[in-house]
Amino acid sequence: MSAQPKPAPVASEPPRRFSTISDMEIQECYTAADLAGRDPAADIGRPGEFPYTRGVYPTMHRGRPWTMRQFAGFGTPRDTNERFKFLLAQGQTGLSTAFDMPTLMGYDADHERSLGEVGREGTAVSTIEDMADLFDGIALADVTTSMTVNCSASIILAMYFAIAERRGIPMSALGGTIQNDMLKEFIAQKEWISPPVPSVRVIVDMIEFCTTHAPRFHPVSISGYHIREAGSTAVQEVAFTLADGLGYVEAAVARGLAVDDFAPRLSFFFNLHNDFLEEIAKLRAARRLWARLMRDRFGAKSPRSLMLRTHAQTAGCSLTAQQPVNNVVRVAIQALAGVLGGVQSLHTNSMDETLALPSENAAMVALRTQQIIAEESGVTNTVDPLGGSWAIEALTNRIEAEAEDYIQQIDRMGGIVRAIELGFPQKEIAEAAYHFQQQFDRREKVMVGVNRYQTNDKPTIDILRIHAEVESTQVARVRAFKAARDQARVASRLADVRQACRDGTNLMPLLIAAVKDGVTLGEVCDVYRDEFGIYRDPAWL
Amino acid sequence: MTGSPRLRVLVAKPGLDGHDRGAKIIARALRDAGVEVIYTGLHQTPEMIAEAAIQEDVDAIGLSILSGAHNTLFPAIMRLMREKGGDEIAIFGGGIIPEEDIATLKQAGVREIFTPGATTDEIVEWVRTNIHPRG
Repeated sequence: MSAQPKPAPVASEPPRRFSTISDMEIQECYTAADLAGRDPAADIGRPGEFPYTRGVYPTMHRGRPWTMRQFAGFGTPRDTNERFKFLLAQGQTGLSTAFDMPTLMGYDADHERSLGEVGREGTAVSTIEDMADLFDGIALADVTTSMTVNCSASIILAMYFAIAERRGIPMSALGGTIQNDMLKEFIAQKEWISPPVPSVRVIVDMIEFCTTHAPRFHPVSISGYHIREAGSTAVQEVAFTLADGLGYVEAAVARGLAVDDFAPRLSFFFNLHNDFLEEIAKLRAARRLWARLMRDRFGAKSPRSLMLRTHAQTAGCSLTAQQPVNNVVRVAIQALAGVLGGVQSLHTNSMDETLALPSENAAMVALRTQQIIAEESGVTNTVDPLGGSWAIEALTNRIEAEAEDYIQQIDRMGGIVRAIELGFPQKEIAEAAYHFQQQFDRREKVMVGVNRYQTNDKPTIDILRIHAEVESTQVARVRAFKAARDQARVASRLADVRQACRDGTNLMPLLIAAVKDGVTLGEVCDVYRDEFGIYRDPAWL
Repeated sequence: MTGSPRLRVLVAKPGLDGHDRGAKIIARALRDAGVEVIYTGLHQTPEMIAEAAIQEDVDAIGLSILSGAHNTLFPAIMRLMREKGGDEIAIFGGGIIPEEDIATLKQAGVREIFTPGATTDEIVEWVRTNIHPRG
């Protein structure tokens, strides 16, 4: 042993504070005293029972594994269709669609604002034929499909229903999720068309329509993922996500819907960041707080209205371009936190995602990570194995209490829409992001390979490149489609949509009719821009 | 630095994506370092950015691009700056930009490109060293 070199001297003072990645201070040791005064039966209970701290189902992943749902989308709809088929062949159990920026912002591929962005960050869908290509040969009644799209979600969902009908599949047979969470767009992801109030109106139209006609579809996925990516803490992620959820429930109830008719179809989407224990506690706290809020604020009675069912994705912002293979390890730890935290559906990021969209190899390793957790690690053999751990329960209590404080602050402002108009969640997140950056710059928070253990090697993994022809092909396709339509019918369908924007008629049936007659995504969004106005970034620093 | 005019930098976010975490952190770090920062907000067209740079009479434009459209947006903004007589306004940027594209963009006149992992200190230091008030 004496031949071994001496350990390298420690470069800086050891940290005197121990805190999570959200900078929540952590004690040296937790004991029963940290749960003093709480009632474990009421706080923790049993899985599948109120308040669902331990999970929404009695048997959780023992009864049914989570859905392995890898987000995919790039290039033309045909390119993405091939990737979908590849992922299904590899054992993936659900689909998840990424659209490109023009689609997400409501511009057709041939719009001048789409230049340079077509098919780059996702796949390009301007017309019903693009949607038909995207899902060509995929059994829509058998697979559940998630679509990540927000301000243009109403049109995308109309196209999805329309292509299913073309294949003889009724809306009532379709299962899936459309993200459609505009409140978090204003807070974090920042893809929008119109201001918050009309944006919420369109969402309530979709909730109302799906409740009656597509009861297997989740019309909103209330998303904390992007809030966290924008730099929030774990507490802020829970608080602002649940506050958004309350906003939708309030708006739907104000429309006259009965809470137990639609609330069972609300689902959630959380981030899985690096801090293992904090993330597990976060998911447990979110479930408990949501169950209580739904019961106490809205008098929801159906257990399904009280259950926070969630998809989760490992944190994109935690991945590093430096030493990219390290990302495989990060993703495995994050995914394990999600599984132990009781998620219903999971996306694991690919190691190359700070460099480009995932290559096929990287996407396969990411999927295999989930399969290893599910089928090799043994963690699914018992439900909520960490329940009752003093540390986990103390953190769960703390995250719940601090998130509830935020929700009460938002209540005092007059609700989440008003809070967003005031920039409250946006500024809180920017503050937290800056705080983390300063801690990172001082090396109080470590990113391996970035501010510690750096090497000079350049990444050597193959990345997916989107070729320039994708854009020109797609532009030509959209132009040809537009030229071949019955223009009078298009004009008449658009006039119907415009009228419904004004008089409050539910937009969904009109949108389905419109896309069938060839109205494009960008054309409907132009009507939204005209009728509802354009939201501009307040550019708060 | 005493007595010399303050540096003015336009932090700009072109493209359709909403990834403004980096742009806001850089804007704030530059401001904390004594630079006068104008932040455009999201979803700016090249025309809007060039117009703002001329109007605000800045010394440099920092572009944040995470949408993959850097090979379209940097050249478009540089062309507009030349057309508007703003060629001496330095252009730098940051975002998710592959190594080989960085080389091409620098050859085309982009002064520096920072990628994820760069610290705010590095960026502030680079601005202090390389950008000077145009008087």
